[in-house]
Amino acid sequence: MPFIPHTEADVREMLDTIGVSSIEELFAEIPEAIRAKPLEKVPEGLNEMELMRLMRERAARDDNGLRTFVGAGVYEHHVPAAVWEIATRGEYYSAYTPYQAEASQGTLQTIYEFQSMIAGLTGMEAANASLYEGGTALAEAVLMAVRAHKGKSHRVLVPDTVHPSYRRVAASFCGAQDIVIETLPHDPATGVLDPAALDAVEGDFAALVVPQPNFFGRLEDEAALAAKAAERGALVIASVNPMALALLTPPGAWGADIAVGEGQPLGIPMSSGGPFLGLMATSKKLVRQMPGRLAARTVDTDGREGFTLTLQAREQHIRRAKAKSNICTNQGLAMTAATIFMALVGDEGLKQAAGVSHTNTRKLVERLTAIDGVERLFEGPFFHEAALKLPQPATEVTKALADKGILGGFELGREFEGLDNGLLVCATETKTEADLDAYAEALAQVV
Amino acid sequence: MDVRDDRLYTKSHEWVKKESDGTVSIGITDYAQDLLSDVVFVELPETGGTVSTGDEVAVAESVKAASDIYAPISGEIVAANEDLEDSPEKVNEEPFDGGWIFRMKPSDEGELDGLMGHEAYQEMCESEE
Repeated sequence: MPFIPHTEADVREMLDTIGVSSIEELFAEIPEAIRAKPLEKVPEGLNEMELMRLMRERAARDDNGLRTFVGAGVYEHHVPAAVWEIATRGEYYSAYTPYQAEASQGTLQTIYEFQSMIAGLTGMEAANASLYEGGTALAEAVLMAVRAHKGKSHRVLVPDTVHPSYRRVAASFCGAQDIVIETLPHDPATGVLDPAALDAVEGDFAALVVPQPNFFGRLEDEAALAAKAAERGALVIASVNPMALALLTPPGAWGADIAVGEGQPLGIPMSSGGPFLGLMATSKKLVRQMPGRLAARTVDTDGREGFTLTLQAREQHIRRAKAKSNICTNQGLAMTAATIFMALVGDEGLKQAAGVSHTNTRKLVERLTAIDGVERLFEGPFFHEAALKLPQPATEVTKALADKGILGGFELGREFEGLDNGLLVCATETKTEADLDAYAEALAQVV
Repeated sequence: MDVRDDRLYTKSHEWVKKESDGTVSIGITDYAQDLLSDVVFVELPETGGTVSTGDEVAVAESVKAASDIYAPISGEIVAANEDLEDSPEKVNEEPFDGGWIFRMKPSDEGELDGLMGHEAYQEMCESEE
């Protein structure tokens, strides 16, 4: 079924009207090299029956008893069955923010509840209705910090312990806006950014990004880093895992001006990498610099409670080219699921999941480092992910482990030079003692 | 529509008033505040900065629009009306007095000659209506 409503006659008529012979000619000024070509691995369209069969075959590959210990930004947490049962009800099942917003009071209230929960988790004063995912949330935070910086610096410091994909997204957002992203290396012994390293940075900068926990699962000395940035007149952007916030000091309490993160751990399945959920929260002082939709609670002319979109002068439909961002929507469905998830498990449930994930990873690390030649890559505390040093390249090891039904972790050599023997492992609350033993047993045979 | 004869005006509806200390104060006119409707927020300029004629230095945000406020002349921003942070409605209630937005120290007083007098401004507004 074609998804374009124009018939061949319509197209012909339009082309004739503007005096162009074909669609190809219409696009002639786009250089050949950058035109989209047919996607090689995507077959011709399938009918529903064929498609169902194909997807069933593919789904079966996921269901062959593989146990995953890979984290690296996407985490396998238990999602109560009620989450998606409720999220996919007709009243909720819309992936988009409404255009006639105030006509959809339920949607606005859901957004308002989500914002309140995220503001609570991050310890910040205001959260937006969500952004696309963790990487774009960080990129938007960088743009926002540059707008808000009093000294008008266009330089932002980003430790290399921030998720590599997020750093790439931020770099592609900022490159065309004259914003310089400067990468700061981690301490090879500890896997975190040494706050003292900031003293060696000369000149002004608009912001420092502080990942907590960082990509290696390690806990940064967040308050010291934030204090050093603040002393220099820079803003502090926290890049956080919402699940970890159930246990860690929230960024609002350690000096962050903007908190961003990936909301996937909150009830969203891993599903091959998306759709995910960008989180963003900030202080009241900076809220007019924040991108994205904002729902608010108010009263109508009769004094009854109601919900409305607010501070819309930041957005494109009012501010046009001077809008704070080109983002004028939110991640509606994933946000709805995250709101339902948080409401269902509550503060205690979140703490339990985070606590058991931490304990399981500690147990896993103990069992794996008991194997000859396997040790921790960095010393110091971690949340629910830890980097190990193996006696051989990690890619060889993960391949051998996969044959034994274990997805062993993220090979750090894929992103960090010199860390080819590094493996990032994660054991969430979904793993049992038997799972941890199975991993240790398999690894002992492989290394 | 209120127009005062003790000050000068720009095409973009700012008023400019010479103060006795050599600075000029700047706000938006009664006509402009009426068009904007209820002002809910004013983004004030940083003091100490140097700006050129036509630079965007502040933003008045109302319930239905957000409008840039431009520097009518070149010079240094020497003050911003911090009362507007808590009481942006002053821009509507007393646009020519308590609703002033910022003060500048002109780098060239001659630039003031390029602005409109109150009669020319009134005429312009009437022709816009």
